[in-house]
Amino acid sequence: MRAGLIGRPVFGWIPLLLLGVAGSARAEYGVNFPEPASQGAREIYDVHMLTFWIATVLMVIVTGLVAYSVWKHRRSRGFEADARFHEGWFGRWGWVSVPVLVLGVDLTIATSANPTLVRLWHPPADVELDVKVTGHQWWWEYEYLDHGVTVESRAAPQEIAGDNYLREVDNPLVLPVGTKVRFLHTSADVLHAFWVPALGFKKDAIPGYITETWTEIDREGVFRGQCAELCGTWHARMPIVVKAVSRDAFDLWVRERRAEAQRAAEEADPTREWSRDELMARGEQTYVARCAACHMANGEGMPPAFPPLKGSKAVLGPVEDHVGVIINGVPGTAMQSWARLNDLEIAALVTYERNAWGGGTGELIQPARIAAVRSESQSAAR
Amino acid sequence: MNTTAAALHAEQEHHAPPRGPRRWFYSTNHKDIGTLYLIFAGIMLFIGGASAMIIRAELFMPGLQLVDPDLYNNLITNHGLIMIFGAVMPAAAGMANWMIPMMIGSPDMALPRMNNLSFWLLPAGATMLMLSFVVPLLGGGTQINTGWTLYPPLSIQVGPAMDFLIFGLHLMGISSILASINIIVTLLNMRAPGMTLMKMPVFCWTWLVTAFLLILVMPVLAGALTMLIFDRHFGTSFFSAAGGGDPVLFQHLFWFFGHPEVYILLLPSFGILAHVIPTFTRKPLFGYKVVVGSLIGIACLGMVVWAHHQYTIGMSLAAVQYFMVGTILISIPVGLIVFSFIATMWRGSMTFETPMLFAVAIILTFTFGGLSGIMLAVVPADMQYHDSMFVVAHFHYVLLPGAVFGLLAGVFYWLPKWTGRMYNERLAKLFFWSNIIGFNLTFFPQHFLGLAGMPRRIADYNLIFTEFNVVSSVGAALFGASFLLFAYVVIQTVVAGPRVSRDPVWEGARGLEWELPSPPPFHSWPKAPVLT
Repeated sequence: MRAGLIGRPVFGWIPLLLLGVAGSARAEYGVNFPEPASQGAREIYDVHMLTFWIATVLMVIVTGLVAYSVWKHRRSRGFEADARFHEGWFGRWGWVSVPVLVLGVDLTIATSANPTLVRLWHPPADVELDVKVTGHQWWWEYEYLDHGVTVESRAAPQEIAGDNYLREVDNPLVLPVGTKVRFLHTSADVLHAFWVPALGFKKDAIPGYITETWTEIDREGVFRGQCAELCGTWHARMPIVVKAVSRDAFDLWVRERRAEAQRAAEEADPTREWSRDELMARGEQTYVARCAACHMANGEGMPPAFPPLKGSKAVLGPVEDHVGVIINGVPGTAMQSWARLNDLEIAALVTYERNAWGGGTGELIQPARIAAVRSESQSAAR
Repeated sequence: MNTTAAALHAEQEHHAPPRGPRRWFYSTNHKDIGTLYLIFAGIMLFIGGASAMIIRAELFMPGLQLVDPDLYNNLITNHGLIMIFGAVMPAAAGMANWMIPMMIGSPDMALPRMNNLSFWLLPAGATMLMLSFVVPLLGGGTQINTGWTLYPPLSIQVGPAMDFLIFGLHLMGISSILASINIIVTLLNMRAPGMTLMKMPVFCWTWLVTAFLLILVMPVLAGALTMLIFDRHFGTSFFSAAGGGDPVLFQHLFWFFGHPEVYILLLPSFGILAHVIPTFTRKPLFGYKVVVGSLIGIACLGMVVWAHHQYTIGMSLAAVQYFMVGTILISIPVGLIVFSFIATMWRGSMTFETPMLFAVAIILTFTFGGLSGIMLAVVPADMQYHDSMFVVAHFHYVLLPGAVFGLLAGVFYWLPKWTGRMYNERLAKLFFWSNIIGFNLTFFPQHFLGLAGMPRRIADYNLIFTEFNVVSSVGAALFGASFLLFAYVVIQTVVAGPRVSRDPVWEGARGLEWELPSPPPFHSWPKAPVLT
């Protein structure tokens, strides 16, 4: 990732840019907000444009006055300073014009922004869908509270994302159009902020607290955003992708996700024994999706923030400790708890970590063993 | 008038300044301490500028080329803190030290030994700040990847580097408080007979207001940082919900300091402009009383609108409405000051030496930054702008013209006064133009980036943000390089500039400081001047 990433096409633009023809063929390329996809975003856009035009007019007035004065009242044109300027009516009362004008402008802006603010600030009473959005270092978790569906959403690697580099995820946030959706924001670790410009809101995710926003998307499409509150190393790799679909497509999607969750739960039956190849394949999948962002695909990590796993005590020491770290995380570090993974996933992950990267203990860890560690640590906690 | 101080200095009048390092380490002379402040600020300007250059180089194109994300985040942290606490505040304090006693007809600052202490705390604080950057590179835990706002819980995750940073800021905060006490005492007690408060030069007024702001808000920052230290090491939970605390509390404390801090940076530069513009228009400042009233108005309003930096934390509707209206209202006193500057230019007889060029550029670019500030104050729209590159563009349009360019104008305006030597006007104008063009090229495109959806504080970005980032980085290279020219012009003036050919240096300059020769004697005003 570090070397020569998509560098060349960029350099191709520089001569053009320097010639002042910075136009781009890309459709998404913008100098203003992206096309709003909700009533709220549209109203925000209007407020933004109103203040923008007021600011522009004021800027033109100030520039005009300064330019005129600089042009006219200069000594090189023989202009003598008007020593009595302060004594006339303008000298005494001219300043009053500023509070009057500026107050008028201020009140215009505030009063025209206020209705939008009031409408957007609190979710309406007839919210139809609740999504709990939890920020994690460095991925998003979307829980559809009324549907029992949870989606983990992580940045897609560059090879898959292509032109949407850093703005593409593995699992998007799927939402129905024409539905009032309320988002409940919180965080598992540090501050994050959920921001999708086309939907017109941004809210901080604060650990231990819940903040809320809402939207009603009015057209189908894919809307992209990024985490907007500095959350540590991979802050740049926390894209948000909203896929807005019809209500029917949404219902279908919910059914599919439920069926998938059902299958996974059945699969994780702790009594079943798995072969080495099965565990390694599943473990690699989980590792790449969940762990590689920090510990890197080759297990070498990025010390000192993210310790290497390859050849480390953490993955070569006692199995119980290894599993314990995964289930409980390490307090005071970026290593969070992964207790939400099921026994099969953890078993495969532990097997993979203990045998990957050319070394290894050769052990196979079966889901039953994970279940045992889990119940033990739960009873210990009690 | 403090007659004993005057008598003491009259007795010492024939003394030459002490020689060797003692002159600087033991100095109690306001001019020497002012010089130390300015040299320190100059060094910090280049350190903070170097980190900005690395930031812009990394953002030149998508992908991670030069630095890893933690180093990048550490650089943005350092850039912010060093520029604010290392460059702008000490530069303004240096000018206060140099100019206030000369302007009010006093022999020195009221508390000369404390003056020495308040300067010499700064290098110590800056060293701690720099160590916070070095410690992780030597293997001491993670880097400070929080940005200058140091928000927990992220700042609690950071390694021991954070403790260095906190103690560094504590030292610099103490330095600021001591300097402020000194300035307030000087201004209230040491003015020449006949100089009532409402006859005091505007630069002194801006510093009086600034010093009060510093005394009010610095302890709040110190408190917040101390609570952070306790959360990090002593098991308290001020900022952790798990222990009954609140991460947002830190943000309120930080911005209760942080927003007035903006005015602490801006006001002394406004004060410089209030001297530069009348000098080069050959016309007194328009509406002195209105300007003084506006300064006080800015300070009062500026103390009570801090939470507009935190619209997205989920405050109540009433709270954001209040903070929105309060913030927009600041445009009235700020607008009055800009109005007064333009009205001073109006029907004047202007010439455009470098300080005046900066003054005109400041009026335009600062107004621009102020107007984007009004846009940001509007809560619904800020739901989009917040934490995007639009904010970065906005505050650089406020702080560079409002603070840095004002100080640069001050350097060119007063350098002949301080040294008795004239700078090279042609080179200085070349510096001005390369500086102002580089500045606009750097920050103007960032507005578009923010509106198009680029968050701030990211080391790597999507291809759609490439073009404007390229323009911004090219502009930053020009902007950064222009400061090398600045350093050359200043050093060349001090070392080998031609002696000033007339006194006062600027024909339109008025005030007590211009009645002293250039350079002024080591102890100026041993006897209080009489105002007529």
